[in-house]
Amino acid sequence: MKTKFEKFMRAFYLAELLRGMLLTLKYFFKKKVTLNYPFEKGFISPRFRGEHALRRYANGEERCIACKLCEAVCPAQAITIESEPREDGSRRTTRYDIDMIKCIYCGYCQEACPVDAIVLGPNFEFATETREELLYTKEKLLDNGDRWEDALAANIQKDAPYR
Amino acid sequence: MTELFMGLWSSYGFPLLIILFKIMALVLPLIICVAYLTYFERKVIGYMQLRLGPNTVGPFGLFQPFADAIKLMHKEIILPTAASSFIFIMAPILTFTLSLVAWAVIPVGAGLVISNVNVGVLYLFAISSLGVYGIIMAGWASNSKYAFLGALRSAAQMISYEVSIGVVIACVLLCVGSLNLTDVVMAQKKIWFVIPLMPMFVVFIISILAETNRAPFDLPEAEAELVAGYNVEYSSMTFALFFLGEYANMILMSALTTILFLGGWLPPFQCSFFSMIPGVVWFAAKVAFVLFIFLWVRATFPRYRYDQLMRLGWKVFLPLTLLWLVITATVIKLTGWTASMSTGVLS
Amino acid sequence: MTFQIPIALITFYAFASILIASAVMVISAKNPVHSVLYLILSFFNAAGIFILLGAELISMTLIIVYVGAVAVLFLFVVMMVDFKAPGEGLSGSLKIVAGLIGSVLICETTFLFCTWQSSPFAKEGLTNPMPEGRTNAHSLGDILYTDYFLLFQVSGLILLVAIIGAITLTLRDRTRSRTQVISEQVGRDPKETVVMVKVKSGQGVSHD
Repeated sequence: MKTKFEKFMRAFYLAELLRGMLLTLKYFFKKKVTLNYPFEKGFISPRFRGEHALRRYANGEERCIACKLCEAVCPAQAITIESEPREDGSRRTTRYDIDMIKCIYCGYCQEACPVDAIVLGPNFEFATETREELLYTKEKLLDNGDRWEDALAANIQKDAPYR
Repeated sequence: MTELFMGLWSSYGFPLLIILFKIMALVLPLIICVAYLTYFERKVIGYMQLRLGPNTVGPFGLFQPFADAIKLMHKEIILPTAASSFIFIMAPILTFTLSLVAWAVIPVGAGLVISNVNVGVLYLFAISSLGVYGIIMAGWASNSKYAFLGALRSAAQMISYEVSIGVVIACVLLCVGSLNLTDVVMAQKKIWFVIPLMPMFVVFIISILAETNRAPFDLPEAEAELVAGYNVEYSSMTFALFFLGEYANMILMSALTTILFLGGWLPPFQCSFFSMIPGVVWFAAKVAFVLFIFLWVRATFPRYRYDQLMRLGWKVFLPLTLLWLVITATVIKLTGWTASMSTGVLS
Repeated sequence: MTFQIPIALITFYAFASILIASAVMVISAKNPVHSVLYLILSFFNAAGIFILLGAELISMTLIIVYVGAVAVLFLFVVMMVDFKAPGEGLSGSLKIVAGLIGSVLICETTFLFCTWQSSPFAKEGLTNPMPEGRTNAHSLGDILYTDYFLLFQVSGLILLVAIIGAITLTLRDRTRSRTQVISEQVGRDPKETVVMVKVKSGQGVSHD
């Protein structure tokens, strides 16, 4: 039990305030946690759900078989697919649009896809200057797939043991 | 005709030019200091919060103040329709001018002062008490509730803390025996007043935080309640003038602290190594230290509640400073000691 | 040929003319806030004239006391009060009363002004140079605290009475409000107020 006098002296000499200031001074010299964003980037999990991509097989054949499971599962109804038989008789999409403004990045399309065609890649830097640029077409998605294939394949492989 | 001109030049024109040059030599570095104080503040507070602060514009972000200035200049000066336009424009100009005018009597080194007036301390006190007007005028002329409330708070706060600042200054003046700022510094040749007047130094530091409306006493611009206080309606250069005025006032108050308590341009010890460093450097270092305290406090403490602020000013600081004034006067009377007598600076 | 510019004279007339003009504006401005601002301007010019007289201490005190404190309070009050829109003004009968009071005051000041004469020592004081090494503060201090010490203290006491009166008039009974006692809050110690208890599962704690 402190005496009244002791308490008064502690208050008079601002002991508590000085302790607080020492704490901030200690933090002043600590290592900083800032990520210098455009130059440094944080760790991204293989399960990260970023920009969509449509993948191809190694021989260049597109994976998507137009089963429309992704279209059905999409909670935001962001996917629109139209399909037709190709000359060789296989089912292929003629249109595969994703409205990236509607998309909520839940990853259900990726889960639903039986052939690992539609995937959500590690890219998160696809801000655009116009709204129209965010209405992705099949060409754009396939192009994304070609561009990110190495990273996508690696991520799927890393995640495979847990599925 | 040429004779008349030459006569005018030698007796009026040339001295005028020298005075103008002196003023520029003081004001230009000051404005650069103000610009870099904003950078310094963001850096220091960033570091204390484990961030880096501005580091992109130029090396270590050193050009950040210029980027900010250019941005502010390119914005539009908005004049609210219901505002009283003349007073609205005058308020930031007044604030900024006052923060520069006060520097006329600040001795930054031995003999380095624009005007070595006998009532320097009172002049500074007068100028700082005028600072309220810029804020009240801004708040009233904006014709906005937030601005008005901010201005009222600010004015009440500044007046309350000016009282205790005045008494603290009186304590120092008792020890000096002169109102001249150069004499105040010279009186500290033996010992800085921070040591014999330690409690007053603490009171003074806290009071100047309140006087310049800085955290933790930044109630006039309490974002959560008043948006931005008295300068809500201001934009572009009118806002920038308020901003610069606030920071120039911070530097001014730090300089005043340095002169009153930390021995101005005098080195800490009278030895040949310390005396080699010019006084201006010592002065700048001390001012920078006090400014660091300003920022350090801002990074550490949460904002005061308004009634507690008023209680601190009137019920704690005023009695404390008055008591200390009486003690100081008694000690000086009994021992017959004053710094001016001990060094004999006073004529 | 040397041509002297009478700088002191020019500044004096500048200060004086602005002083009179702003004083006129104080009573003629429609907006009361503008009048207070003009009042501040006139205080400033008065301070300038004091500086020209070599009375820098009085001029600084004028600014600190009147501009820095009194006028701020004026401004506070004036800003808070809701004034009528300009143009409405006073009613007819009030105007007559106001005019009567004003004319009486003018008469009084005129009488005072007519009988007023400068002190016989003033001329001597003006021609004498200011004593070297003796500041305003010392001279004023001698007069206030040595020559007229009693009067000074008595005037201080009168002010004290005024303060006490104002406080007693406004002091309300605060027995019902629960005020914050900050020293108690600051003096709290976690060791005295918090008890750390290790609770065994299924047993609980008895509070005593």
